[in-house]
Amino acid sequence: MLTNEIIKQKLTEKFGDALTDWQEPYGMLTFTAPKEMNLKVMQFLFDDAELKFNFLTDLQAVHYPDNKGAELAVVYHLHNWRDNVRIRFKVYTDISQTDVYSATALYQSANFMERETYDFYGVNFVGHPNLIRILNVDEMDYFPMRKEFPLEDQTRIDKDDDMFGRG
Amino acid sequence: MSDHILLPEGSIEKQTTTLNLGPTHPATHGVFQNILELDGERIMKATSTVGYIHRAFEKISERRNLYQITPLTDRLNYCSSPINNMGWHLTCEKLLGVTTPKRVDYLRVIIMELARISDHLICNSIVGVDSGAYSGFLYVMQFRELIYEIYEEVCGSRLTTNIGRIGGFERNFTNAAFEKLEKFLDEKTGYPAQLKEFENLFSRNRIFMERTIGCGPIAAERAMNYGFTGPNLRAAGVDYDVRVHTPYSSYQDFNFTVPVGTTGDCYDRFLVRNEEMWQSLSIIRQAYQKVQEFKGAEAEVFHADVPAYYLPEKKDVYTKMEALIYHFKIIMGETEMPVGEVYNSVEGANGELGYYLISDGGRTPYRLHFRRPCFIYYQAYPELIQGGMLSDAVITMSSLNLIAGELDA
Repeated sequence: MLTNEIIKQKLTEKFGDALTDWQEPYGMLTFTAPKEMNLKVMQFLFDDAELKFNFLTDLQAVHYPDNKGAELAVVYHLHNWRDNVRIRFKVYTDISQTDVYSATALYQSANFMERETYDFYGVNFVGHPNLIRILNVDEMDYFPMRKEFPLEDQTRIDKDDDMFGRG
Repeated sequence: MSDHILLPEGSIEKQTTTLNLGPTHPATHGVFQNILELDGERIMKATSTVGYIHRAFEKISERRNLYQITPLTDRLNYCSSPINNMGWHLTCEKLLGVTTPKRVDYLRVIIMELARISDHLICNSIVGVDSGAYSGFLYVMQFRELIYEIYEEVCGSRLTTNIGRIGGFERNFTNAAFEKLEKFLDEKTGYPAQLKEFENLFSRNRIFMERTIGCGPIAAERAMNYGFTGPNLRAAGVDYDVRVHTPYSSYQDFNFTVPVGTTGDCYDRFLVRNEEMWQSLSIIRQAYQKVQEFKGAEAEVFHADVPAYYLPEKKDVYTKMEALIYHFKIIMGETEMPVGEVYNSVEGANGELGYYLISDGGRTPYRLHFRRPCFIYYQAYPELIQGGMLSDAVITMSSLNLIAGELDA
């Protein structure tokens, strides 16, 4: 039976202190990897005879504008179908230099997901075969899911941000 | 002579034809564009374009309270909105640490399995329509209508249901709802008889078999690599089902089998969906029986006790101070969520439907991501149709159960 402790132990054996911020929110093992190591971690998780994380469930980005130097987080959800264990890991990147290695060589499914992430957050996936916008119009020249783009029209005065707990 | 339209260079010598299939083509059942390079009727190359009905749900969600996001989830896979709604409620409940009573779980299972049937029957009958057999579609349609009437009894709406609340349902099931459910389950006049007839029309039909066997196949290994989930993956021979792997809403209390195919072609996808409908019927029967076993006060339970998120009854709002406060706080969205990061998934009608919710302790999600199954497996479509005939491309698309609303979020 593959438990979070075993996964953590195997990953620490392989990568040492490079992996940080170990957490288990709602039972899912979560950690952070340096961004240049994302493929190495994924490949190890895929290849290892015991870990066998064979499925990329989800891939997306999150924008933390206050986290200077590491504003964008790319989040990977991986799933081991044999033992039915899920893990999540993140890589953080500077918003002015958003190069992250693409996972398309390992998972075909990463193709659209990375295009979506690029489209909304501007993460530049290095090695992606066709990194163009996917859901937004091609002419768009900004990345709309970043936090600096508020949802509401800023000229409106009838809606107050305080109401949403974000004054 | 200079005002003559000049053809682009190389277009006379070109050996293939470029054809735009979509975005609005009657045969694609939704807004899908595929630019095909055709050699005669054979597809040499296909390029998919998506995003024609993108509605920025993830961005909108960042400014909405939890209960206001439910109507957005309706509009993902609108053929089975209740599953999306329930998946969202389950995600919120996981974040808030709410446990629901068994009766709520069983009622949810009934609604979710009805939604699965309504989704699969559309998909399978559309495969029939695209292969030239229109009548099956009309036969099963009346039962989708009956399913919609059941939703209507429970929540008041039909297509975009907004069904249920965080913690349970907005009201108890009425007797009319159960009567309609019994009508639906009736062996002689209900859906089982109709499904049997539908199955007789198609599953061993020589024309249908020749049309679909070997059409748009995918191997298990490729399907997994392409992120397939749901019936499309099971048709390729992998028995991954979220209901079994990570049971939610008390699915562990039911007996059902997970049908798998072998070749992952249109015919296998058809058969897997068909068998799943039988399994869903069996689950509904078991769940209905379990619901009937509740007696006395237990039989009246239809929601968990989550005062901060579950709207109190109107008569309490008018008479009790506490109910009035909660009512106001919920409607104005002034409830702060716990800080957390949660991924929760349910078995949607076309695959693993996941919700990744990050809360920073505010009143709205900090980030919400929908893992939309058909967005992920649609990537394989060009590969599936390459080398095949143009008419196979149409039938492959419908048998993949692509829903434009889910694809484009």
